[in-house]
Amino acid sequence: MSRDQILGNIRRALQRTAPPETAPLEARLREPPTGPIPARGQLPQPERIELFLAMAKRASASTARVADAAAVPGAVAEFLARENLPARLKLAPDPALTGLPWESRPLIEISTGASAGNDPVSLGHAIAGIAETGTLMLASGPMGPSTLNFLPDTEIVLLSAADVVGGLEEAWRLLRGRLPAGQLPRTVNFITGPSRSADIGQKLQLGAHGPRRLHIILVGE
Amino acid sequence: MLGSTPLEFKDEAKLALADANLQKALAGMDDTFVAWRASAVERLPEFEALRDAAKGIKDHALANLDFYLERFAGNVEAGGGKVHWCADADAARAAVLAICRRVGARTVTKGKTMIGEEIAINEHLEANGITPVETDLGEYIIQLRHETPSHLIAPAIHLTVEQVGETFREAHRDLDPQRPLVDPGDMLTEARVKLRKSFLAADVGITGANFLIAETGSTVIVTNEGNGDLTQILPRVHIVIASIEKIVPTLNDASTILRVLARSATGQEMSVYTTFSTGPRRPGDLDGPEEFHVVLLDNGRTALLGTEFADMLRCIRCGACLDHCPVYQKVGGHAYGWVYSGPMGAVLTPGLIGIEKATPLPNASTFCGRCESVCPMRIPLPKMLRHWREREFERHLTPSRYRAGMALWGFLARHPRLYRLGSGLAGRFLGALGRRRGAFRSLPLAGGWTAYRDMPAPEGPSFQQLWAKRRR
Amino acid sequence: MPIRVGLFVTCLVDLFRPSVGLAAAKLLEEAGCLVEAPALQTCCGQPAYNSGDRKTAQAIARQVIDLFEGFDHVVAPSGSCAGMLRAHFPELLADDPRYAARAAALAAKSHELIGFLVDILGRERVEASFEGKVTYHDSCSGLRELGVKAQPRRLLRSVEGLELKELPGAEICCGFGGTFCIKYPEISDRLVSEKAEDIEKTGAATLLAGDLGCLLNMAGKLGRRGAKVKARHVAEVLAGMADGPAIGEGSK
Repeated sequence: MSRDQILGNIRRALQRTAPPETAPLEARLREPPTGPIPARGQLPQPERIELFLAMAKRASASTARVADAAAVPGAVAEFLARENLPARLKLAPDPALTGLPWESRPLIEISTGASAGNDPVSLGHAIAGIAETGTLMLASGPMGPSTLNFLPDTEIVLLSAADVVGGLEEAWRLLRGRLPAGQLPRTVNFITGPSRSADIGQKLQLGAHGPRRLHIILVGE
Repeated sequence: MLGSTPLEFKDEAKLALADANLQKALAGMDDTFVAWRASAVERLPEFEALRDAAKGIKDHALANLDFYLERFAGNVEAGGGKVHWCADADAARAAVLAICRRVGARTVTKGKTMIGEEIAINEHLEANGITPVETDLGEYIIQLRHETPSHLIAPAIHLTVEQVGETFREAHRDLDPQRPLVDPGDMLTEARVKLRKSFLAADVGITGANFLIAETGSTVIVTNEGNGDLTQILPRVHIVIASIEKIVPTLNDASTILRVLARSATGQEMSVYTTFSTGPRRPGDLDGPEEFHVVLLDNGRTALLGTEFADMLRCIRCGACLDHCPVYQKVGGHAYGWVYSGPMGAVLTPGLIGIEKATPLPNASTFCGRCESVCPMRIPLPKMLRHWREREFERHLTPSRYRAGMALWGFLARHPRLYRLGSGLAGRFLGALGRRRGAFRSLPLAGGWTAYRDMPAPEGPSFQQLWAKRRR
Repeated sequence: MPIRVGLFVTCLVDLFRPSVGLAAAKLLEEAGCLVEAPALQTCCGQPAYNSGDRKTAQAIARQVIDLFEGFDHVVAPSGSCAGMLRAHFPELLADDPRYAARAAALAAKSHELIGFLVDILGRERVEASFEGKVTYHDSCSGLRELGVKAQPRRLLRSVEGLELKELPGAEICCGFGGTFCIKYPEISDRLVSEKAEDIEKTGAATLLAGDLGCLLNMAGKLGRRGAKVKARHVAEVLAGMADGPAIGEGSK
C-alpha cells in the first residue's frame, strides 16, 4: 500500500504512468560503468604497494612488511612487544592465519573465532588493499567474523602483496571473483586507519569505539 | 533555544551571535573543515570530473527512482531482509516500533541518522518504554544534554571542550566527581567505556544509510568511529532507516560518489569505516544480526521530484555547504530551528515542512555562492533559495514593508525618466547633507544599515549628469 | 573598427560614486573602445530578482536588452550586475519567445570591467601610479559567477608604486548581500566587522574591490570603527583617478 503510494508518487512526479524503459537500465546493471578512476592508484605493482603503505600510514595505521607467511608470527610478536600489548591474539578462523607457524612464538596465546569484547588484539585477513586511499577490504563469513574488526583495542590485518589494487572498483572485482555466484557477504568493511573522532572540540582523537590501533602486515612482493 | 522553529530564525540568530560558548566553538571553521577539504581536493586532480560523474549518477538514479527502488527492495528480500515502505514519518515510526516490540527490545543502539532526527524516533521509542542510546560520540553528548544535532556530520560542533567536560561530569555519576575532565582524550575514553556496555547489551541496532545499492540490495554507512558497525553487528536485529533518494544503481556508482564524500566532508581520503551491509547473517557466519530491516521513507521526497527543487535530492549529506557558509559559521545549526541547517537546510526544510513554516530560511543568505562552489553533487543551492523567495513573493509571505520598498524600486527602474529625476534629486539632497563628513552616522529609513555602519554619502551629481556634461 | 562598448554604469555607481563610471570609461577608452552610456539605463533588476519578484525582474531585463543589445559588448564595473546580465538573464527570460534568444545573445557579450579588460581585450598592464599598500576583497558574484580573481591582481601589479598585500579571507563574503544586510543586520554586521578587522590587520592604507555594494558596506564599517583605511573601487586606481575623496571620506 505504502509501496504503491510511493511508486505512484514517483511516477506522477516524473510524469510517467508506468515504469521506465527497462532494457537500458538492466544493461547498465549487468555491466556497471565506472566513473573517473584517479590516476593516483594506477601504478605498477611495486609502486602501488609503496603508495598503499604510505596512504595507510597517513591514516595513522602502522605497517610492516615481511617476505613470506613464515615471518608473520615473528612480525606480530615484534609489534606486540613494541606497543607493550598483551600477548593474546584472537584470530579469524582463516587457514591463511591459523595455518601460520605460531609454534615459533609459543608465548603468544592464540584463540580463534568472533570476539565477545574481551580480546585485546585481533588478527584478520584482508581480501584487498586499496592503494589510492590506504584502505583495507575485509568481508564477513565463516572465516571472517566482523566483530574482530571493531571490538578489540588493537587490530592486526594480514594483506598479501598480490592483493594490493589501485582503486575501489578493482577491490570489488577481486571480491566478486572469489565469491560463489550470488550475493555479497553480509558485511563488507573498508577500513582506513584506526577508529577516530573529532567530535570534542574538533580535536582529533584515535580509538573512538573501534580499535585504537590498526597494524597492517604486508606479506610478499 | 531548545524547541525553536525555523520561524524564529532571526531571534535565534541574534542569540547565537551573542553566545560566547557557541562563538568559541564555531570560530576557526575556515582553518579546519574548509582547509581540510581544500587540501584533499588539491591532492586529487580528478576531483572536478568526479563531481560531474557523481551528479550524473544521482540524476540518472532519480530519473528512474521507481525502477531502482523496486530492484533494491527485491534484492533485499531475496537476501533474507525485509523492506518497509513508509510514506511518512508516522508510518516509519510505527514500523520501527513494531519491529522493536516484536523482538522484545529494551535498549536500542543508534548510529548517526538524520532521518532518525527527522522522524523523531528517539522520542517515540522512549514514549513506548524502549531506551535509545546514541553511539556516535557527538550524538551521545547531545543526547545527554537533551539537544538536537547542529551539523550534518559533527553533531556537537556547537559545544566547547569545557561544555562537554561539564556534560560528562553531570551524566557519568558513577565516576569520581573530582576527576580531571580537561583533555578530550580522557573524555573520549570515558564515552568509549560507557558505550561499549550499551553496544553489547542492545537488542536492536538502528543505523541510517549513506547509500542504498539497487544492484545488490545493500545499505552503506560511513563513519570514523566504528559506532555504526558495532550498532549493526552486535544486536540480533539491524534496522536501517533511509529516505528513498539515497538509492544508487550499482557498487561502482557508490564507489564514485564515495570518492567525493569524505573529501568534501572532512578532507579525509576515505572515512575510517565504510561498510556495505547486505541482509542478515548467513549460515556459517560467526557474528552479525539475525534480522535485517530497511525502513524506506518518502516523507516529502516525491513532492520535490520533478520540481524546480529536485536537484536537492542529490544531496549526500556531506556538510560542506554548512562548513563554507558565512551565515552558518556565525550562527550555527540550531538557529535554523529544524533538523537540517546551513544552505542545504534552508533549501530542504521548506520543501519538507512547507515554506509558510520556514519563511526566514531562504532569506538568510547573501547568495555568496560559496556553498554551490563546494557541493560535491553540484547542487545549485542559491538558485533554489531564490525559487523559495519566488514562492514567498507569490504567496505574499514577504513582510509588506519589503514588498513596498521593492515595488517602488521596481517601478522607478522601469520608468527611466522618473528614475533619473528621483536619483538626481536624492543624490543632490543626500550629497549636500553628507558632503562635508562624507558619510552618515544615521539616516531615517536606513536604521538597519546605520545602526552598525556609516552610510557613505552620494557624491553629488549622478553619473548620467556628469557623463552628459562630458559629452558636450 | 573600434569595439563599441555599452557601459552599464549600475545604479549604485550612478547614485553614490559616479567617478567609478568615469574611471571605467577611461580604462575602456584607453584600451581602444568606443564607450557609450545609454541615458535611459536604470538597474539590472537584481534587487527584484533576488527578492523573488520575477515579473519585475523580467520587465527590467527586457528593458536592459532593448537598450544594450546593439553594442558589441556590455561592460559593468560590478561583478554582481555583470553576473545578473551574464548568468541570470537567459534563465530569467528562457520562457519568453520574444526575448529568450536575445537574452542569451546579450549574456554572451556582457562582462565585468576588469575581466573584460584582461580576458577579452588582452590588457596586461595599466599606465597608472598609486603610492602605498593596498589590499583587495574578492566580491562574491564576480569571483564565483564570473571567475574574476587573477585579473584585477594582474593589473594592480602593474601600477607603479603600489604594493598589494593579500587579504586573508579575501574570498569570504563581506555580509552585504543586497537586502540581506537589511533583513539580517546583526549577522551582516558580524560578517562586515570581521572583514574590517582582517582589512585593518593587513596594514594597508587602501581597500579595493570591484563592486560598489561591497565597498559601501565595508567603507561604512571601517568608518564607524574609526579606521584609517580608505576604500576605493579598483577602477579608480587602475585609471589613475584616485585623487579625490575615498568612499565615505567627505570634503573636510
